[in-house]
Amino acid sequence: MTALMQRPPVRVSDAAPPVSRPNPLPHLAMLAWAVVTALPLIWAVMSSLKTDEEILNHPWSPPASPQFENWARAWTTASIGRYFFNSLIVVGGALLLTMLLGSLVAYAVARYQFRGNRLVYYTFVAAMFFPVFLALVPLFFVVRQLGLLGTYPGLILVYTAYAVPFTVFFLHSFFRTLPTEVAEAAFLDGCSHGAVFFRVMLPLARPGLVAVGVFNFLGLWNQYLLPLVLNPDPDRYVLAQGLAALSVSQGYDSDWSGLFAGLTIAMLPVLVAYVAFQRHIRAGMTAGAVR
Amino acid sequence: MKHGRWRFLLAALVPALVLHVVFVLSPYAQAFYLSLTDWTGVAGEAHFVGTDNFARLGGDSLFLDAVRNNAVMLVVVPVVTIAIALFLASMLNGRRPVRGASAYQIVYFFPQMLSLVIIGVLWAFVYSPNNGLLNSGLRAAGLSSLTQSWLGEPSWALIAVMAVVIWSSVGFYVVLFSAAIDGIPRELFEAATLDGAGRWATFRGVTLPLVRESVQVAFVYLGIVALDGFVLVQVMTVGPGGPDGATEVVGLSLYRTAFTYGKFGYATAMGVALFFATLTLAVFALRWGRRNQVEMA
Repeated sequence: MTALMQRPPVRVSDAAPPVSRPNPLPHLAMLAWAVVTALPLIWAVMSSLKTDEEILNHPWSPPASPQFENWARAWTTASIGRYFFNSLIVVGGALLLTMLLGSLVAYAVARYQFRGNRLVYYTFVAAMFFPVFLALVPLFFVVRQLGLLGTYPGLILVYTAYAVPFTVFFLHSFFRTLPTEVAEAAFLDGCSHGAVFFRVMLPLARPGLVAVGVFNFLGLWNQYLLPLVLNPDPDRYVLAQGLAALSVSQGYDSDWSGLFAGLTIAMLPVLVAYVAFQRHIRAGMTAGAVR
Repeated sequence: MKHGRWRFLLAALVPALVLHVVFVLSPYAQAFYLSLTDWTGVAGEAHFVGTDNFARLGGDSLFLDAVRNNAVMLVVVPVVTIAIALFLASMLNGRRPVRGASAYQIVYFFPQMLSLVIIGVLWAFVYSPNNGLLNSGLRAAGLSSLTQSWLGEPSWALIAVMAVVIWSSVGFYVVLFSAAIDGIPRELFEAATLDGAGRWATFRGVTLPLVRESVQVAFVYLGIVALDGFVLVQVMTVGPGGPDGATEVVGLSLYRTAFTYGKFGYATAMGVALFFATLTLAVFALRWGRRNQVEMA
């Protein structure tokens, strides 16, 4: 096949259909954008293994010998390790709580008729259309008054509160499309409402839960505005905050290699996970837009 | 059974509703009132000042810079992003399958995975005047005359920021449009080819009309992105928001006014202005969508 495609074009006659002429433009354009996308990322990973001198004087050349101690320094001295675990705690807690509360609300609203059903649904969905900036100032004082400023529980609760509306919106339509027979059979067998939800409906909704879970994880992991305002204690910084603070402080110290290493540590796990699960992730991320 | 039903419903709805009311609804509601006061954060010290804050916004030159920059972004970012993404998506899913199409999609989607902070720190390095990827690349290519202090020149800074927004967004929309193009029956492309339509004619006549809905969705999403811009500007630019207000955005003005200067009432007025801008955008998008639906019917 390849050989056929690459053979020089044979002149048959002028009447030959123009369709068979291979056009190099599409491939060139696609290649160009791939380079534009990948080059800065590769450059950052490469720079994280160089010495400061190499970074300053030879920005384009690969490291003479890879400096893995840059990574160790970023992880410990520059506290990237601590920020990483803070993010893990906050995002893990918020993700669990969001999925639990979001699926409960979506299920209750999608499957039960009760007074105020529509009101509950639109109360949640309407919140998606307000910019977070509008709530920022009052939110700061609400969190401060509750004594939750700069605490893990405070961040987890606020993250959850702002992730639930989309989760409800997404899973609501999902629970609607699930068949009713299984649930009815479970009720006849004497299952309680809670048991039907946890044992029957949640497993059935798994594809939807995975999609919205991936979406929520990325959104929460990359959150910056909320922790910037609500999490002022440097010991509890999440990864995004830590990196931003680091880019300022390392600039003063001129520890460029350390900063590139921090950047790489923050970047690589996400990219590796993405390559491993890319089909699910792309489906989950775009499904939100199409629905 | 009836009893168990209500108990389940309460257990399912009440915790989420409490969180929602405390952390989402009440702040939004308070914001509209606070925007009409001169509150500086001291309890009980908020005086009602009517629409004074909004009148002041009209004469606040830094805020007007921010509005202008967000407006420029609102026009440039969606148009350029959608143009590049549509081009790449139609190339990837054209009449003839391209080898490596899925590998390209994987690479294009990379930036979507990264937080805006990472992207901002990374690109601040790319733009760095002396040893950045961009300037040293230009020098190596013998184009030294094109080198710039990209984030330091008022005329270039906003362009540099917008380029990063576009860089980070294109991949997502390539995937979105690819899915839409994939859904077009192949016979339509074949028919167009048989009719002698070239690439451009096929794109205009077949692809574009049939992915219109996805393009509309993309305009709304990118419009929301363009009205924000806070994270990149805060992480990348000098000041931040500089040089000389060249990259100021409304979100940054709001953040600084509130949490640096403590003028909470005035800052909230900026939030209300931003809310109405978003609302206008949404209404326009809905109108536009509805009109096109009628046309299609």
